[in-house]
Amino acid sequence: MALLQIAEPGMSTAPHQHRLAVGIDLGTTNSLVATVRHGAPQVLADEQGRVLLPSIVRYLADGAAEIGHGAQHHQASDPRNTVVSVKRFMGRGVKDVAHVENLPYDFVDAPGMLRLRTVAGVKSPVEVSAEILKLLRERAEKSLGGSLVGAVITVPAYFDDAQRQATRDAARLAGLNVLRLLNEPTAAALAYGLDRAAEGVYAVYDLGGGTFDISILRLSQGVFKVLATGGDSALGGDDFDHRLYCWALEQANLSLLAPQDQRLLTVKARAAKEALSSRGATTLQARLSTGQWVNLSISAEAFAAMTQHLVAKTLEATRQALRDADLKAADVNGVVLVGGATRMPHVRKAVADLFGRPPLADIDPDQVVAIGAALQADLLAGNRSRDGADWLLLDVIPLSLGLETMGELVEHVIARNSPIPVTRAQEFTTFRDGQTAMAIHVVQGERELVGDCRSLARFELRGIPPMTAGAARVRVCFQVDADGLLSVTAREQTSGVEASVAVKPSYGLSDEDIARMLQESLAAVDADMRARMLREQQVEARRLLEATEAALAAEQLDRVELMESLLRRAIKLRPDDAHLYNALGYSLADRNLRLKEAHALIARALELAPDDAYILDSMGWVYFRLGDLATARAYLERAWRGRPHAEIGAHLGETLWALGEREAARAIWREAKQLEPDNETLQSTLRRLKVRLAP
Amino acid sequence: MTNVPASPDYFELFGLTPRFALDLDALEIAYQRVQSRVHPDRHAAGTAADRRAAMHWAALANEAYRTLRDEGRRAAYLCELAGVPIDASSNTAMPASFLARQLEWREALAESRAQGRPVAELQAEVDEQRSETLRALAAALDCAQDRKHAAALVRQLMFIDRFRAELRAGGESRSAHSTQG
Repeated sequence: MALLQIAEPGMSTAPHQHRLAVGIDLGTTNSLVATVRHGAPQVLADEQGRVLLPSIVRYLADGAAEIGHGAQHHQASDPRNTVVSVKRFMGRGVKDVAHVENLPYDFVDAPGMLRLRTVAGVKSPVEVSAEILKLLRERAEKSLGGSLVGAVITVPAYFDDAQRQATRDAARLAGLNVLRLLNEPTAAALAYGLDRAAEGVYAVYDLGGGTFDISILRLSQGVFKVLATGGDSALGGDDFDHRLYCWALEQANLSLLAPQDQRLLTVKARAAKEALSSRGATTLQARLSTGQWVNLSISAEAFAAMTQHLVAKTLEATRQALRDADLKAADVNGVVLVGGATRMPHVRKAVADLFGRPPLADIDPDQVVAIGAALQADLLAGNRSRDGADWLLLDVIPLSLGLETMGELVEHVIARNSPIPVTRAQEFTTFRDGQTAMAIHVVQGERELVGDCRSLARFELRGIPPMTAGAARVRVCFQVDADGLLSVTAREQTSGVEASVAVKPSYGLSDEDIARMLQESLAAVDADMRARMLREQQVEARRLLEATEAALAAEQLDRVELMESLLRRAIKLRPDDAHLYNALGYSLADRNLRLKEAHALIARALELAPDDAYILDSMGWVYFRLGDLATARAYLERAWRGRPHAEIGAHLGETLWALGEREAARAIWREAKQLEPDNETLQSTLRRLKVRLAP
Repeated sequence: MTNVPASPDYFELFGLTPRFALDLDALEIAYQRVQSRVHPDRHAAGTAADRRAAMHWAALANEAYRTLRDEGRRAAYLCELAGVPIDASSNTAMPASFLARQLEWREALAESRAQGRPVAELQAEVDEQRSETLRALAAALDCAQDRKHAAALVRQLMFIDRFRAELRAGGESRSAHSTQG
């Protein structure tokens, strides 16, 4: 494939025609659409002048759907048919949704992704999201006066393959041509970077309603390069509301509220939180369905204190991202705040303290992602190339991708924070003789054991010609495109048998899972190392057994050769084990084969265990075979002194015998015979040399 | 438009001289220059074939950048380009003194961990050994053109880097523990 096939940027687009393209921020709480008009980005409002569309869809009995503000008014009265926060269900099964029992929906657990049973029929999260996207598309087309060539849709940087795939499907269902799925923090960095022609390292701190993303980028000459991304997606503004809600319960001495009172108090807590962003103190007042009045005062300091642990979590994820980028907080030239939850003063202060500089929040944190997406859509639609005012986004994958190998271990193929697009292949081999199929299990996560990572897809490579174990060469190729979507192919190299799968995982990672997995993986490095070593030893033991049985059954190899081949495999696995080198080296020396290699192996063993008598004995025996009797004697005498053993005695005696010191040889042999009269080496040596020891 | 051969080596792709001594700023500039031509975002309006080709080239550029940016990968790549494979898994011959030092390090690390002592001194020693190995690699690859020796040094560097990762991993897991709760 030659580079020539690629047209120059902008070549294939008509030069003087502005192509209508939009950026859409499909948020958990609110969604927005923005575009670039006359070179400037602009968020598009509805007929009432509102830019934020609540991400809420209510299904009606006649099959119609009410979207946004209209649906919002019915969430309390018609909760089952009014879907809020559908973003949390994208690419997820019922099992993946946290606190599913507290949600008012009638879930249907379908293979792949959950469904919701509504008065208008069973709906998938993709369909619900498509309703929101369709309304935004219509708003844009009305406002811009034409049909769109495409849209950039933003996703949390931490979204996995299933969630990205579901988002793209929703956009297609809404009649949108997806120009790109763009990570939310990257979109925000683009909006800021272009606005102020920024250069240097920027951190984007994105605390939304339900998720937290942190991205570290380097901006230089129009290139926006993501260095590291991270987060704690089990954390958002909702957790701050919930903390305040719990505090109110305690203060008012309440327990077991009715559902409508729960909702009421949560709404009041959120209002109090928002009030505290601009005032030093506020009140939280509510009249419950029981007639009881709640009337509490709260200061900004008290609120900050009770939520400090939530802020601390975001800071830890931020520090981890800095470590991943190999940077210190002081290296960061600017910090961008994104998401409504960053309006809280104590969050801003904590971020400012960490980075030692006031964060940037002059672009509305609710709108900055949509603005960035609009800018990118404008570029991808080909509207920018005329004047050369373009830029390049280089993004990364948030979590490592890998395969399950023997012993339920994960072989990581692509590391987190690898730039996309990325293609990487790894070779695997068969475990058993005559194995004709191989199961490929694709996983995502940082941990070493499969059970601790998210399963993305499984498929099988069949039709491998029967070969001995370890002879097949199966090349598994991972490909992640610029949208962060993964596809995997497997090919047996010697036969050309091939299998592939576009990874449409049955279940995506839950945000909580991702955060938990990352945190655990850092805390559990030691545990992983131990678990991994244990598994590897188990696997190797099994493999050795299977190979031994198979070989012996087939009588393909004599036992000694078999043992040597097994030792070679064991050495690869445990390169620090002196006794493996020694065993192999001695075996070769004893058969008078490949003495140079035997010498090198035993020398290695001696480096690892310098005073081991058996290794000294092996070394002496190699020198004997090589004909260097003086050196042989020196080693063997050291060995004999270290551990008088009949075998060592047999060797030392034979060396002395060859040196002509027959009496000394007899003395050693006699001693050896006393130690172990039936020692085989000793007996065969004496037989061979036709020596009879006087009693 | 430049006509890049069908499968260029990584140095050719970036227009760099195939040497171990590499100006990382020049690499960065070359990488971004290549990406700004081939990245799929630059070909969003192209045909399906154009977009596939763009992805192929952008992935190749990312792989090339990853390989050349890291000293160990770069040295290994130079050896392999010259027909000397590294064969880390089957070629385990190491100088005795190197192995002895590896053992000392491991013992020192285990001891420090057991006693909860910091590993800064050990870290400094390992870093120094790494710099020394890199200097030797530069000499072997760029001056002596001794790829066999370079391949042996790459294998040593792999040992050192694995040990460095262990040093780092311990540090991170401790800091994660200390900030929990």
